Amino acid sequence: MSDMTHSERSGGLKAWLTSDTPASRFQARAINIWFAWRDLLRNPLAVIGIVIIAALILMAVFAPLIATDPPNRQDLAARLLAPGVDGHLLGTDELGRDIWSRIVYGSRVTLQVVALVALTAPIFGLVVGTVAGTLGGWTDRVLMRITDIFLAFPRLILALAFVAALGPGIVNAIFAIALTAWPPYARVARAETLTVRRADYIAAARLQGAGTLRIITGHIMPMCLSSVIIRVTLDMAGIILTAAGLGFLGLGAQPPLAEWGAMISTGRQYLLSHWWVATMPGLAILIVSLGFNLLGDSLRDVLDPRGGQK
Amino acid sequence: MSVSQGAHDPASAEEEAAIAGTGLLPRIAGRFGKTLFSLFVTLFGLLLVTFAIARLVPLDPALAVVGPRATQAQYEAARKEMGLDQPIPVQFVNYLSDVVRGDFGRSNLTSRPVIDDVRDAFPATLELATLATLLGVLLGVPAGVVSAVNQGRWPDHVLRVVGLLGYSMPVFWLGLIALLIFYGQLGWVGGPGQLDVSYELSYELDVTAYTGSILIDSALSGAWDVFANALTHIALPVFVLGYFSLAYISRMTRSFMLEQLGQEYVTAARVKGVPEGRVIWVHALGNAMVPLITVIALSYAALLEGSVLTETVFAWPGLGLYITQALFAADLNAVLGGTVVIGVAFIVLNLLSDLLYTVVDPRAR
Repeated sequence: MSDMTHSERSGGLKAWLTSDTPASRFQARAINIWFAWRDLLRNPLAVIGIVIIAALILMAVFAPLIATDPPNRQDLAARLLAPGVDGHLLGTDELGRDIWSRIVYGSRVTLQVVALVALTAPIFGLVVGTVAGTLGGWTDRVLMRITDIFLAFPRLILALAFVAALGPGIVNAIFAIALTAWPPYARVARAETLTVRRADYIAAARLQGAGTLRIITGHIMPMCLSSVIIRVTLDMAGIILTAAGLGFLGLGAQPPLAEWGAMISTGRQYLLSHWWVATMPGLAILIVSLGFNLLGDSLRDVLDPRGGQK
Repeated sequence: MSVSQGAHDPASAEEEAAIAGTGLLPRIAGRFGKTLFSLFVTLFGLLLVTFAIARLVPLDPALAVVGPRATQAQYEAARKEMGLDQPIPVQFVNYLSDVVRGDFGRSNLTSRPVIDDVRDAFPATLELATLATLLGVLLGVPAGVVSAVNQGRWPDHVLRVVGLLGYSMPVFWLGLIALLIFYGQLGWVGGPGQLDVSYELSYELDVTAYTGSILIDSALSGAWDVFANALTHIALPVFVLGYFSLAYISRMTRSFMLEQLGQEYVTAARVKGVPEGRVIWVHALGNAMVPLITVIALSYAALLEGSVLTETVFAWPGLGLYITQALFAADLNAVLGGTVVIGVAFIVLNLLSDLLYTVVDPRAR
């Protein structure tokens, strides 16, 4: 406690975050995160990635303020206008809808897909991987065999087949992507579990009377988190591309919802005469997944020096 | 394994014999057996999933056959004929035995057996994926080597950008942009489809379908005008798919090469006075090729899958286009049949790369 008061006296939060004598578990963690964050900010590519993702989030949250038009307002008199004409920043589509506004609102769909998949697939994979790793034996063999089976599938084709069965729509597309995205997380989590499950602190927890469930959730899962988080960030670009691919095929978001993949798909018919209709949403996809790739790459360098492709 | 004190421990003696003696073949055979087993388990899982998908569908296949005006008796008869009255496990066994015999049912869209449709469409996909992989290897491996040798200098940075763009770009969008520029604006290549419309008749007349691959067939038939036209059509999809293959293969080549160039045998070769070019391209690359084989096989498998979107963009009559068209016609037999075929190709390629690895690298045995 005296430490805390001392550091607070000599510089507040900053000193508290850089103290080399953390007084609590919470402070130790905060210091770790703070140093990782500082390392990350030293890498210009990571900063570009963070800026892109921050821009995506701001765009989604403040869509009504940023968009110049409602995303679905049609104006048949102003069909297929070139970028810049009549105040349409990126031009208009075949129904006279403002492409810039549709891209801005489309960021909400993209963010929704990313957030839902990022919340479901890794958690499911984490549970499967830690349970398999902790219990071992038959549970491990069966769970890992199932994981391997899903891992051996072509992802897009499997997602296609699921959507074919469940019916097209953004929710089913998210479900199908999540269903094909969890196995790598289970693998990563199991590998991490195997390295810690025989550790003394687990044995100590068990001697204190902790049950298996408590050991998994309280003592093993936290150890797997950083590997899983890196993996999630690296996977986001792939998830965005898969979602856009499903949208392009007409199996994701349904009209008139503004979704980038579906927008490319309609723009395809006007490709040779009105290039901007298909090009602009594609650029949006490219920029956003580039952002996630840049951040994921740098995050791996900072948090996991072993796994880098250096 | 453990510190066994007994001199005559049969288990450990056997193990030692297995480690020290026995030829190469039994060990490869043992690994082959394991691989084969995992192949079967994975295939079983694939079929279980496609079967489950077929059961998930809210459509009643019997009702689809007899139509809404059928009497209850007709409906029951159709159900019985399709085996839908039997318990689910029995239905699954029936499904398995059908698939093993190559029977994926009939496609509603083409009213032909799905297996025939697949047989017609698969060569076109294979042709595309093979040429794209060739392009990826021929350009990607040298690019990766050059960037590893020049680590941190401009060739390395260029390659990093190429790779990052490849990982971040939607393949269907790149296809459309390529069409826009090279077909629409510059007119350098043919448009969507395998041939110009004006060549389709001469294809019918002059070309015998030996293999199903349009380039090979027209060359074998001596129809060089058709061959030339087909070449202008396949060029763009091959370059688009090849770019993604190149991005992946060059990145991996770079990291494998960096690993090899740091090894002592490289220093030893340099000290001995081996020319630098030989050290890089023969000594180091030779060793880097071992893990690269797996990477190349994986990228080939990924291209088979990636062809779904590319074929849609280029109206390329392969398996991907077949599956997507079937999807919109609610033709589930065709979708699942196509899924199983691509899945099987994917799984087999994965395992083949695993096996090839053992053959090429003595340390992995």
